[in-house]
Amino acid sequence: MSIQKVQNNKAWFMVMPVLILVAISAIIPLMTVVNYSVQDTFGNNEFFWVGTEWFQEILTSERFHNALLRTLLFSGLILAIEIPLGILIALAMPKRGWGVSVCLVLMALPLLIPWNVVGTIWQVFGRVDIGLLGHGLASLGIDYNYTQNNLDAWLTLILMDVWHWTSLVVLLCYSGLVSIPEVYYQAARIDGASRWAVFRFIQLPKIKRVLLIAVLLRFMDSFMIYTEPFVITGGGPGNITTFLSIDLVQMAVGQFDLGPAAAMSLIYFLIILLVCWIFYTVMTSYDNDEQSNGGGPQ
Amino acid sequence: MASIQLQSLAHRYPSAPDYALNSMQQSWSDGGAYALLGPSGCGKTTLLNIISGLLRPSEGRVLFDDIDVTDLTTQQRNIAQVFQFPVVYDTMTVADNLAFPLRNRGIAKNEIEKRVVDALQMLDLQERANDRARSLTADDKQKISLGRGLVRTDVQAILFDEPLTVIDPHLKWQLRTELKKIHQRFQHTMIYVTHDQTEALTFADQVIVMYEGAVVQIGTPQQLFETPEHTFVGKFIGSPGMNVLPCEIDGSEAVFAGKRFSLNTAIDNPAAHFELGIRPENIKLSPSEGMPLTVTAMEDVGRHVIVRGEIAGAQLSALVKDGVAIPENPRVSFDSAHINLYADDYRVASGRGDQAI
Repeated sequence: MSIQKVQNNKAWFMVMPVLILVAISAIIPLMTVVNYSVQDTFGNNEFFWVGTEWFQEILTSERFHNALLRTLLFSGLILAIEIPLGILIALAMPKRGWGVSVCLVLMALPLLIPWNVVGTIWQVFGRVDIGLLGHGLASLGIDYNYTQNNLDAWLTLILMDVWHWTSLVVLLCYSGLVSIPEVYYQAARIDGASRWAVFRFIQLPKIKRVLLIAVLLRFMDSFMIYTEPFVITGGGPGNITTFLSIDLVQMAVGQFDLGPAAAMSLIYFLIILLVCWIFYTVMTSYDNDEQSNGGGPQ
Repeated sequence: MASIQLQSLAHRYPSAPDYALNSMQQSWSDGGAYALLGPSGCGKTTLLNIISGLLRPSEGRVLFDDIDVTDLTTQQRNIAQVFQFPVVYDTMTVADNLAFPLRNRGIAKNEIEKRVVDALQMLDLQERANDRARSLTADDKQKISLGRGLVRTDVQAILFDEPLTVIDPHLKWQLRTELKKIHQRFQHTMIYVTHDQTEALTFADQVIVMYEGAVVQIGTPQQLFETPEHTFVGKFIGSPGMNVLPCEIDGSEAVFAGKRFSLNTAIDNPAAHFELGIRPENIKLSPSEGMPLTVTAMEDVGRHVIVRGEIAGAQLSALVKDGVAIPENPRVSFDSAHINLYADDYRVASGRGDQAI
């Protein structure tokens, strides 16, 4: 005897609240941006259809290309520094005892400070006349000035981001590390594994999932960085720290070019989506590979 | 391969009030197959980890072949250990998992290959050799864990910490037989921790019974059954376990429920708490002869019927062969050749009654 499955559309009512919430919080605002990106206006609330003109303009503009390259470079450097550094610190943290809470509190501190405060702290910290860092370097005879020197501006921003966000990577990795059962380390000792082999074959595979989260979060966040460089360098000197987000705000709020700004927002959004998808696919490809091999003998 | 000696060995975990292992003196011979048997929490795994060097004992020394290894690391001791739950290196293939301990010790490539092929065959895993270890079932993963111990032919000893817990019952038999064969072939010193008496008795030549952090008896399966040195051994080994009946000592006789059992030894500590131990197999039921038994339950376990009852407030079980009639109001008599006397839980040497009731 087979049981007749109930077939109706009641389930849609169950997901309605979520759909409505998502619509209000994300889809509807996004649609207004889409609306702007395909129209032009000369004021008086009159709009003209321009099709993909804004998109073409943005995609072929050198200004956009440069900002995109700067942002990609910034994210690349941030990931290249924060991920390995975060793993190293997490490995060095104590696994038990009073040291655990001390380390966790110290690690959490930078994460609790609001972005603009972080920016202000480093803006002051780096000043040559009164800042501890700037003045210290100057008195050592090192020529450092983040408001005039391109390299100094970049170094300051990267140092600040590493200080602010490496903790996040550390905490994620640490949570992955402490969840590895002790017996794996015991087995490794029995098998005579080296420290590197323990990391390579036990720790790294076990923290891979949290590491993926860390990479995604750090990429998205650094790719969208706005407040800190806005406070510290304001995009300068020149345009050297004008990242996509700063450029976008200048275009939308400074120049009030809503059409191109809307088109740029959408392109920006799609780039983030694309890069995250690439990261995700690459880092989980091993799992999928395994599922397809998981069945019977080959 | 090595003999293992434990000298005044004891262990207390930091911040724990009691000893996990009480001071013990043991000498286990080279090439022996030993089983460490005891209930959960009796210190079996602690002892095993001390031998393998994963844990440093708080007191005493560990010697392999008369060489003190107490301060050596696990790697330096060259020990293989298999854990209760499977430990595999997820990202490696099955073959790489088996080769891993050999590669770490810089063994020649063709030798590694040969031993891995051997191990794969022994564990019946040839077809999965190139699969990722992570995709395997728990059974197969545990086989890999076993295999990583067995590929190493030069080890001082192989330690097993309840290795077959996660294995399917029908596979358990097969793997246990395989382990026994490997032992016969390579003559490794093997120590097998378990809380399952069948497993211990079938695997080992010598069974070491542990109870509350102490070794209470070492012996062959037969010795454990016939002359348990401690009431715990009597109760733990056998199904159902030995009956332990409180008794009193009157001169050279033990008195239980009005019955007198004569002892052929002088009792020198009359203040102790005395008990008689008799196995259910050695109790005879009859309609007329012996002490009256108040039957409380009967369990048919196939080839036997377990009769449970009470005499003078003491619980007692007896085994009756299937098909033998059980009298209406049974009386019980003990086979005096198999009665053991216990003073404060330890057996009184040759305290056996020599006279039937």
